[in-house]
This record gives sequence, C-alpha cells and structure tokens, in this order.
Amino acid sequence: MAMKFRTMKRHFREGAKNIWRNSWMTIASVGAVTTTLVLVGAFLALMLNLSHIAGNLEEDVEIKAFVDLTAEQAEIDAIGAEIEEISEVSLVEFSTKEEELEGLIESMGDEGQVWELYEQDNPLSHAYIVKTTDPLDTVSVASQIEAIENVEKVNYGQDVVQNLFTFNNYARNIGLVLIIGLVFTAIFLISNTIKITIMARRKEIEIMKLVGATNGFIRWPFFVEGLLLGVLGSIIPIAAIVTGYYYLSNNVSSLTQFEFVELLSFNPFAWQLSLLILAIGASIGVWGSVMSVRKFLKV
Amino acid sequence: MIDMQGVYKTYPNGVIAINGIDVTIEQGEFVYIVGPSGAGKSTFIKLIFREEKPTKGSITVNGKDVLKLKWKQIPYLRRDIGVVYQDFKLLPKMTVYENVAFALEVIGETPKTIRKRVMEVLDLVGLKNKARFIPDELSGGEQQRISIARAIVNYPKLLIADEPTGNLDPDTSWEIMRILEEINAGGTTVIMATHSKEIVNTIKKRVIAIEDGLIARDQHRGEYGYEV
Ligand SMILES: Nc1ncnc2c1ncn2[C@@H]1O[C@H](COP(=O)(O)OP(=O)(O)OP(=O)(O)O)[C@@H](O)[C@H]1O
Ligand SMILES: [Mg+2]
Repeated sequence: MAMKFRTMKRHFREGAKNIWRNSWMTIASVGAVTTTLVLVGAFLALMLNLSHIAGNLEEDVEIKAFVDLTAEQAEIDAIGAEIEEISEVSLVEFSTKEEELEGLIESMGDEGQVWELYEQDNPLSHAYIVKTTDPLDTVSVASQIEAIENVEKVNYGQDVVQNLFTFNNYARNIGLVLIIGLVFTAIFLISNTIKITIMARRKEIEIMKLVGATNGFIRWPFFVEGLLLGVLGSIIPIAAIVTGYYYLSNNVSSLTQFEFVELLSFNPFAWQLSLLILAIGASIGVWGSVMSVRKFLKV
Repeated sequence: MIDMQGVYKTYPNGVIAINGIDVTIEQGEFVYIVGPSGAGKSTFIKLIFREEKPTKGSITVNGKDVLKLKWKQIPYLRRDIGVVYQDFKLLPKMTVYENVAFALEVIGETPKTIRKRVMEVLDLVGLKNKARFIPDELSGGEQQRISIARAIVNYPKLLIADEPTGNLDPDTSWEIMRILEEINAGGTTVIMATHSKEIVNTIKKRVIAIEDGLIARDQHRGEYGYEV
C-alpha cells in the first residue's frame, strides 16, 4: 500500500496527540507496561546471569585421560591423534607426568612438600587434558576416550559434573518457562488495559468510519499510540535496571565470598537488556492497541 | 443520483422502520423529508450511506450499488456524501478545527489546502473564532453548525442533513438554509429531514413525506402538510 508521506506524518502526529487527549488511558496503560516490564527486566537479568555463571562453571569442566604407564612414546602420540579425531573435541593438551606432579604439589600447598620426595621416582602417569566444544558432551566424549587403547582411565569429576549439568538444565528450563509465562502475563495485562480504554473510544471509531475513513487510516494512529505507550512504559524499567545493575555489578564480589560468581559485565549487558525491554514494551504496546481497535472497525 | 426500489428495513429488535419504499432523486435536486417523529426519516437517510443496511430491496447511490459494496469500498462511498447528523457525531476529543479537518485528511488533502478550506467553512458557519474549542465547550446549535461545516468541507456530490436546524434559533436557521441553498446551487444534491413547517413552506422544494415507513406523499414545490 503506497501511502502518501504527508498522510504518514499525519498518523504520527495524531497518534502522539492521542497520548494527551486520552490522558487517563495513557496513565493506566503506561502504568501496566511499567509494572510488568520492571518484573520482566529484573527476572531476565537474574536468569541470564545465573545462566552465565552456570556456563562459566561448565566451561571449567575438562577431561583428564591418564596414559598407561607402560605405553611407548609412539603409542602416547597415537592416543593424542585419536582424541583429536573425535569431532566434539575442541582442545587437546598433553601434560607430562612431571608437569602433573608439579601441579599436584602446587595444589596441595604446604602439605605438597611430602610429594616432593617423589620427584626422583614419579608414580604419576602422563595425561591428556581434553575440552569439548559443548560442555554437555563431556560424558560421552570421556567414555569414547576411555575406550582408546593405552588409556588407563579418565577423570572429569564424574559426580560433580553430572550434578552440575542436571542442575543447570533444570535451572534453564524453569527460567525459560517463567520468563515466557511472565511475558504472556504482561501481554495479557497490558492489552486488557488498552482494550478497556479503547472500548471507551468505540464511538469515536464509528464516527471516523462514517466520515469516510478507511480501516487503515483509523488503525495507524492507534499503532503509533501503542508504540509510544510501550516506549513510555519502558523508561522507568530501563532506568531502574541500568541503575540497579550498575550498583550490583560493582559490588557483587564484595557481597559474596565466591570467586566464581562473576556477573555479566555492565557494558554491554545492561544496554542489551535495556534494548530488549524497549523492544518488548514497544511490541506489546503496538500489539495491544492494534488488536483492540480491530474489533470496532466493522461499521 | 439515488434510486431505491422495494426497500424494507427491520431493526434487529423487530421494529419495522421502512416498509417498502420506491424513490428516485436526481442529481442537483433539493429534497425535504418530512413526517412525524418515529416515521422512519432518519432510517431512510442512513440507508443511503450504508450506516444501516436494508433488510430487502435495492439501493443505488452515485452509480454504486450500495448493497454490493465490500467493507473496503464503503469509506469511498461515504466520501462523496456529506452528512449532518441529528446527533452531530463530532469527535469529542478533537477541536472544532480538527473535527472539520478530519474529513479532508481522510481523502489525503495537503495541509495547506486543509488549513485554507477548513477556515473557509468555519467562517461560512460563523464559528471561525471557536476553532480551538472542543465540542463539549460549544452549545447545541454551535455543534450542529460544526457538523454542517464538516459535511460540506470536501465539496460532496450529495449532502444529507438530518434536522440541521433542529437546535438553532430562527436567524441561524435561515443562515444555515442559505448555506444549503448555495451548496445546492453549486450542483450538490441536498436531502434534508426536517420538522420545520416554516422553512418547508417558505423555501419551496420537493417534499417527500414518510409515514409509518412508507412514502405518503411526494410533491414538487410541496407544503409541509402537518400541523405543528
Ligand atoms: N438503531 C435502532 N434500533 C432499533 N430501532 C430503531 C433504531 N433506530 C430507529 N429505530 C426505530 O425505527 C423507527 C424509525 O426511527 P427513525 O429514527 O428513522 O425516525 P425519525 O423519522 O427519524 O424520527 P425523528 O423525527 O424523531 O427523528 C422508530 O420507531 C425507532 O424507534
Ligand atoms: Mg430522525
């Protein structure tokens, strides 16, 4: 549909004017948008950060494949080659038994000195340290590696990892369900508010139609109005989230004893989240407004 | 211009408002619709621009078969018809200026033309100085004149007025009649429902009397014919 530019301009002007003309509707709708977006925003920030932290933990998961003590150098190399063959593997590193011992001594701290006795006669094995592209493949890759000849055993913190993955999986799914639920509640609440207020404008729509306005001509200002309502409704949530997140991301390390708790960095996360909230607000506003006006157009 | 054949209208509540009407109105005519209250005058008028759909019969307006129009085509029928409503039907949240301008925005006129033309008709109905008021701030007669201004602003081929002088003092009524005659002289067909014996008997035009949903009388240069 080719619309004249001046008609488009008129629709934007008219939509903006309607924000003033229907001040009560504006306040009610913007209030509904604001309330729900604050909830959606806070919850999104929480979920995305939890997922980020869980992801960090998963990233740390690695498989250690110990080489049989009796293996010759050629056989050791063969193991490495075979591990690299596995398509889910992203990184293979070889660690000699001397390096292994060093690592052990270091991790033990003071008690580690006892192990220094073994430096002459190292009882440890050479090892391959393997990472997978997707941490979730860890278990299956580990069992593939275990099957390779001359691999004595594999270690990836079996119990912990399995629990971590299960927990993360639950957390993500529940979070997703909650967010979807929240967004739908928001859509329902907001479009209902808008619908009620547009009902009051049913007569106006009828008059416009009697004066010869097409459906599109009536719908456009409503579209603009909904868009503006959504955008107005996202101002407070965005301000709240940016401020709140700024404070939180600066103070989280001192608030918790856990080093691994590292939030998504303020920049760009807070801005991305703001944009998302703006987009959600705008689309909900437009949707609610256009859907509500649709019913009254058949005059 | 308008041709109705075997037209009936029964409202959903069972009231038979139009009970078999055949009538032809030519381009450029000036027609009074008279008759007692509740006779079906407003309904007759609403059938012309498809505010109401007849239960039976055929209606042609401006060469268009009103009953065969699709939803999308109805706005275009209405743009050729200016309507002054008995209850004004002004947009309550828009100013007087915006109400009149709306009819021109709908057809995509330029802002310049709109400004000029709106001020012109507001001047014509004597309400130029109230352009920024909203309908609620106006008297009944003033609202009626805004309704007239909106109806004539885009030079319609057909002007329909449902008791356009119903709320006006005699002086303003004659002024409105002068405007309607002037528009009619320009070639616009004018159909006007009225209860004013004085106007009908003074400015002699075709008179169609509707009683109980039927045309009881159809006279050129007719009389009002009812006691007031
Ligand atoms: N929307 C409607 N629904 C149901 N009945 C209606 C409706 N509009 C009008 N009627 C009925 O149809 C009949 C004719 O009404 P109409 O408004 O056409 O009369 P009228 O001649 O214009 O009267 P008036 O001179 O008082 O304006 C009346 O009995 C009225 O009650
Ligand atoms: Mg009437």
